[in-house]
Amino acid sequence: MLPELGHFALILALCLCMLLGVLPLVGAAKGDLRFMNLARPLVAGIFVFICLAYVLLTYSFAVDDFSVSYVQQHSNSLLPLRYKLTAVWGGHEGSFLLWTFMLSGWMLTVAFYSRSMPIEFVARVLAVLGLLCVGYLLFLLATSNPFDRTVPLPPADGADLNSALQDFGFIVHPPTLYMGYVGFSVVFAFAMAALLSGRLDAAWARWCRPWANVAWGILTLGIALGSWWAYYELGWGGWWAWDPVENPPLITWLFGTALIHSLAVTEKRGIFKSWTVMLAILAFAGSLLGTFITRSGLLTSVHAFATDPERGIFILGILTLSIGGSLLLYAIRAPLLRGRFGFGILSREMLLLVNNLILVVAAASVFLGTLFPMVYQAITDDLISIGPPYFNAIFVPLMSLLVLVLAIGPISRWKKTSGMYLVKQLGLVAIASVILGVLLPLLLTFEFSLSATLAVALAVWIVLAAMKDVHNKIANKKTIAAGLRSLTFSYYGMQLAHLGVAVIVIGAALTTIYSQEKSVLLGPGERTSLGAYEFEFIGAEAISGQNFRGVEVTIQVYHDGEFFKELHPERRLYIASGTPSTEMAIDAGFLRDLFVTLGEERGNDAWSMTIYVKPFVRWVWLGALMMLFAGFISAADRRYRRVAKVESTSSYMQEGDKNNSALVGEAN
Amino acid sequence: MKPHRRKRLGIILFIAFGLSVAVGLTLYALSQNINMFFTPTQVAEGEVPDGQHFRIGGMVKDGSIVREDGTLSVNFVTTDFASEVPIHYVGILPDLFREGQGIVAEGIVDDRGVFQASKVLAKHDENYMSPEVKAALDASGASAENHMSLGEGGGR
Repeated sequence: MLPELGHFALILALCLCMLLGVLPLVGAAKGDLRFMNLARPLVAGIFVFICLAYVLLTYSFAVDDFSVSYVQQHSNSLLPLRYKLTAVWGGHEGSFLLWTFMLSGWMLTVAFYSRSMPIEFVARVLAVLGLLCVGYLLFLLATSNPFDRTVPLPPADGADLNSALQDFGFIVHPPTLYMGYVGFSVVFAFAMAALLSGRLDAAWARWCRPWANVAWGILTLGIALGSWWAYYELGWGGWWAWDPVENPPLITWLFGTALIHSLAVTEKRGIFKSWTVMLAILAFAGSLLGTFITRSGLLTSVHAFATDPERGIFILGILTLSIGGSLLLYAIRAPLLRGRFGFGILSREMLLLVNNLILVVAAASVFLGTLFPMVYQAITDDLISIGPPYFNAIFVPLMSLLVLVLAIGPISRWKKTSGMYLVKQLGLVAIASVILGVLLPLLLTFEFSLSATLAVALAVWIVLAAMKDVHNKIANKKTIAAGLRSLTFSYYGMQLAHLGVAVIVIGAALTTIYSQEKSVLLGPGERTSLGAYEFEFIGAEAISGQNFRGVEVTIQVYHDGEFFKELHPERRLYIASGTPSTEMAIDAGFLRDLFVTLGEERGNDAWSMTIYVKPFVRWVWLGALMMLFAGFISAADRRYRRVAKVESTSSYMQEGDKNNSALVGEAN
Repeated sequence: MKPHRRKRLGIILFIAFGLSVAVGLTLYALSQNINMFFTPTQVAEGEVPDGQHFRIGGMVKDGSIVREDGTLSVNFVTTDFASEVPIHYVGILPDLFREGQGIVAEGIVDDRGVFQASKVLAKHDENYMSPEVKAALDASGASAENHMSLGEGGGR
């Protein structure tokens, strides 16, 4: 009964979405306030019903209702509760329900935090989101209903959640990634609303920016969590594989990064307008492409699961309609969005244009490398794949260039900056960066490496330029504290995100350059050394968990001859599905990770294993975490709530009046 | 030409120049990094140029896995149920590597006709078959399900 209720809730949500997609738009076009005011209550209703459906599906998992096919396929009575509750997004149907749930959550947030915007605009934004939601819900109901039952004889037990997914990473990565992805739908809706109304000005950019920043921050975290998970779960010792399913989030992220910078120019200078809208469309397209690629099975990939051409074609339909429709609207309306073209060859606008150019080229080349095999196959019928060397060859130089420009941007001036000024500001910084770039890797390893020098120099370049800029800004204030207080949240957000880039540059480059690995076969009591560490194999013993059996191996690690730590990698066999899985043992550290992955027993109690020492690998995710906070900090800037503040002061005054009258009443 | 027009033209040319350099380099990098995929039948028929690095996909033939004691070497045979190619690999095999499982290997065929793999991939999901392996089996006219249910995959 309850699953049917969930199904019914989705149908009701679809009906409300259809209303939301039409009425407020009509209202906004005719200036009818009643229709526009319908948008917020409709969104609340949609959220309630989708949330209900989501909770009911989770409940079916919790109580092992294997008559629901989706539950049967992705759960098992032995599965620990935390995975039962999250197995909702263990397969296609539930993932899409989660996606739609996230969208309704974002819609509700927009409905709540949009008091500072005119109702006409809010109505259009919510209506566009409603139309998207119609597409997603139709897709769910028509091709992938998670509430389908197996009748009349439900299976006794479930097939189990894919053992590779039974992990903490699975609990956090998909929801975060989806939340970030869907956040760009909001920005897209803002852009569409602007095109519809023909009003695209600095105020629009101001409304849009906090949403773009937050969505971008969450997407950054989502990607980082995926990378972290792949690192410790897949056990190949890397943190990024240029896998066709990893790439679309990155493409979205690159467009999103270009977008938040272009939005800054639109807000501050009133230019780059149509370009900003274009980027909003592209970021949104990237997010849809992500689902399309994962779900259609068109690409060869480690996680291309659940291939179903019918769904692929449906998603392609949504993709064509929404992107085609938005591009059409763009073509009609964008020519109206004329900005005054007034900035010099050397100016902050120009540097941000270069930033955008680099990011878009990077996104396009990742896109090309990801889809090229598919196109190639369609033309020649030959199967090919594009290896990481292609992506590295493109990405590393582009990002180096980007980082070079990144540090100059904040310190340069709008409209026109003289070259002499920049040299005066950054000359010393540049020299210091080169010196430290040469020295630091030398001190670390006593060996010269050109790539390490470049990476460290670039990271130092960002950090020192940021310090110089902060110093400039607070130099004429009375005290440092007063100076720091005078800087805005959005400025802090920007600098924090830029520092995050520096941290990622260090992490990504030094891990790649200085990692060591070794595959060995060790019997009990045997030792092997890697870098400054020695690893001694002690022995193996049988273990068992709630839904698996396995073997745990004990390895003692010695650092410079002294006992340092025990590591316990495992091999598991999941009972329900019979799939084997390896659990790495990792000693995580700020400066380096030790990492052991277990192979198999090869006679005489000897085990094969791969040992890694990975310096600075944590920094990759640390930098992403900084970007997450940066997104939220800059979105918290006071100027984004200017109108809202006026409103809250008035309500505060009303409260004050009440208090006064209460006092008067008491006095009486 | 008016000054602001000239400036705009300059910027457009700058963008066009940047883009064409980027496109050129990208296409060059792409052409240098294409990994071809071949089926065991194509390899047996000599379609692979000598010394080319490529990917091969097929099923691990039942009973073909031979592990050398005391080292990390593994020999096995991959098959599309029409032809077979022996594979040699040194290292740790993925969790889901086993007989009757679809795999993809990357490497070079040596003088003796043995595929020296530098990487072996098996997929996350046991129900899942890599599109490449599936294509290989389709090409040889063998459906994996039939052969798997027969247990021994012995050609047509």
